[in-house]
Amino acid sequence: MTEVSNTEGGPRNALAVPAVRTPMTPLRRAFLRNAPGYMFLMPWLLGFFLLTLGPALASLYLSFTRYDLLTPPVWTGLNNYDYAFNSDRRLGNAMRVTFTYVLWSVPLKLAVALGLAIILDKSVRGVSFYRATFYLPSLLGASVAIAVLWRQIFGVDGLVNTLLLLTTGWQGPSWVTHPKYSLITLIVLAIWQFGSPMIIFLAGLRQVPQDLYEAASMDGAGAWRQFYKITLPMLAPVVFFNLVFQTIEAFKAFTQAYIVSGGQGGPIDSTLFYSLYLYNEAFANLRMGYASALAWILLVIIGFFTAIAFASSKYWVHYEDEGR
Amino acid sequence: MALKPVSAKQALFRHTVLFLASIVMLYPLLWMVMSSFKPDSMIFSDPMALPTSINFDNYVNGWSALAYSFTTFYKNSFIIAISAVIGNLMACSLTAFAFARLEFRGRKFWFAMMMGTLMLPYHVTLVPQYVLFLKLGWVNTFLPLIVPKFMAVDAFFIFLMVQFFRGIPREIDEAATMDGCGPWRIYWRIMLPLSTPVLATAAIFSFIWTYDDFLGPLIYLNEMKSYTVPLALRAFIDSSGGESLYGAMFAMSTLSLLPVLIVFLAFQKLLIRGVAMGALKR
Repeated sequence: MTEVSNTEGGPRNALAVPAVRTPMTPLRRAFLRNAPGYMFLMPWLLGFFLLTLGPALASLYLSFTRYDLLTPPVWTGLNNYDYAFNSDRRLGNAMRVTFTYVLWSVPLKLAVALGLAIILDKSVRGVSFYRATFYLPSLLGASVAIAVLWRQIFGVDGLVNTLLLLTTGWQGPSWVTHPKYSLITLIVLAIWQFGSPMIIFLAGLRQVPQDLYEAASMDGAGAWRQFYKITLPMLAPVVFFNLVFQTIEAFKAFTQAYIVSGGQGGPIDSTLFYSLYLYNEAFANLRMGYASALAWILLVIIGFFTAIAFASSKYWVHYEDEGR
Repeated sequence: MALKPVSAKQALFRHTVLFLASIVMLYPLLWMVMSSFKPDSMIFSDPMALPTSINFDNYVNGWSALAYSFTTFYKNSFIIAISAVIGNLMACSLTAFAFARLEFRGRKFWFAMMMGTLMLPYHVTLVPQYVLFLKLGWVNTFLPLIVPKFMAVDAFFIFLMVQFFRGIPREIDEAATMDGCGPWRIYWRIMLPLSTPVLATAAIFSFIWTYDDFLGPLIYLNEMKSYTVPLALRAFIDSSGGESLYGAMFAMSTLSLLPVLIVFLAFQKLLIRGVAMGALKR
């Protein structure tokens, strides 16, 4: 088939080409129209099929098998799920630990973030210094170095106990190795990293029209009332974003629990986060099939929480452009 | 910003809160730096005290306390992190350009898929990816940590770039098309040069996240000669189990934070804007 070509120095504009000899077949036209898009998309498409969709489906399959990596997977039907829901007491414990962590760390972190964002929004001097200072732990917090530091700070003769001894004269326990307190140290670590939601709150606060506050104080509304009636409703979309994002992140927490607990979720499984348990099942015990089942259960849990957040959002999140 | 005059009492209250909060935020870090200069005996016997002298012994000892020195670990970390930055910038910007600017069938569908992967917890692909890389013989190499970045697996960056590209006026590339520019030239000569802020943001975050990554190296790198800095720090805790090497451990921890700290000090504004941007332009 002859190509409609126009190489002899003429204008490259398609309109200028006289449509003479062979009209393009629809197929060819469709190809030419779509080809550039798919060329650009190619690396992502490869990754999507080979590293995301393919593995996700594979793990769904593996979740119905027993697989130790050395011998081929053996189909066991719903065995893994049955074991997970009915007999695995360590999993029950891991769920309890993870939920405790999520339910404490997320609201507290967001409350601190919002509180300081509001104070920062009103202050004129030093905003950028404080903002940077508060953000720094968020940036560093995911590192092993900080987790190592945390072990020492909350150790038996660590910084926290020294401060307690100096101020109250009370000798505190070894927080990280005490099953009752070890989880608290990780929750504190999460709260310490409130910087990034705070920045998002701050950006949101900057978009709240100031005249609303002026009108409100003219009408005699106090600070609390202004917070409830103006700030919170106007910030609802940002609160929503932070809530969903931080909840998902909290469910996925791994590194800090691994380091602080010495890799095993100890003492006596008190910091056995879901991700840590999954990791140990897969890579320490080589129960790849069961670990895959755990991954899918986690996906459903996270999906469930996200769905609740989205479904409930229409009652408490209103976007400005909805014209209400 | 503040329109109405604030009473002096309120201002004082705010500044006190902010000041105290910054102390709480920074003190742990300062304590680590201080401890890294103290002899082991002093770290816990007198934890609040300033070091009596600036003593680099801990740094010298820590650097070569493991079977391989930290030279190796830093080299490994930087190779992986810089490759990841390059991969992410290339693959994510290509993808984002397709989504933001090109017309093709199924664009909406693939975009929705991409957004879906944002929500997918990594656990779901963890085991099969490991099996795949094991079968390819890539375990104990850097490839499992680098190659996926060249396939734009970090959808967050695609999202960030799509947002930015959409903000560039379409007239610019329409004019270029009129002049006979193909999509590749528009991408390379127009979009990328106009997008340096978002590319820089993506580069910085991708450097920090890869540098800090623990789970990936933990799974794929089992030999100490290919350890990254975070893995080496972990090995430190294991090997020092006895209470002897705390000073060295603090020294190496401090040092390991340094690259991130430098990036933070240099690109603070960009980072903070990046965090705010990811959320609000939805």
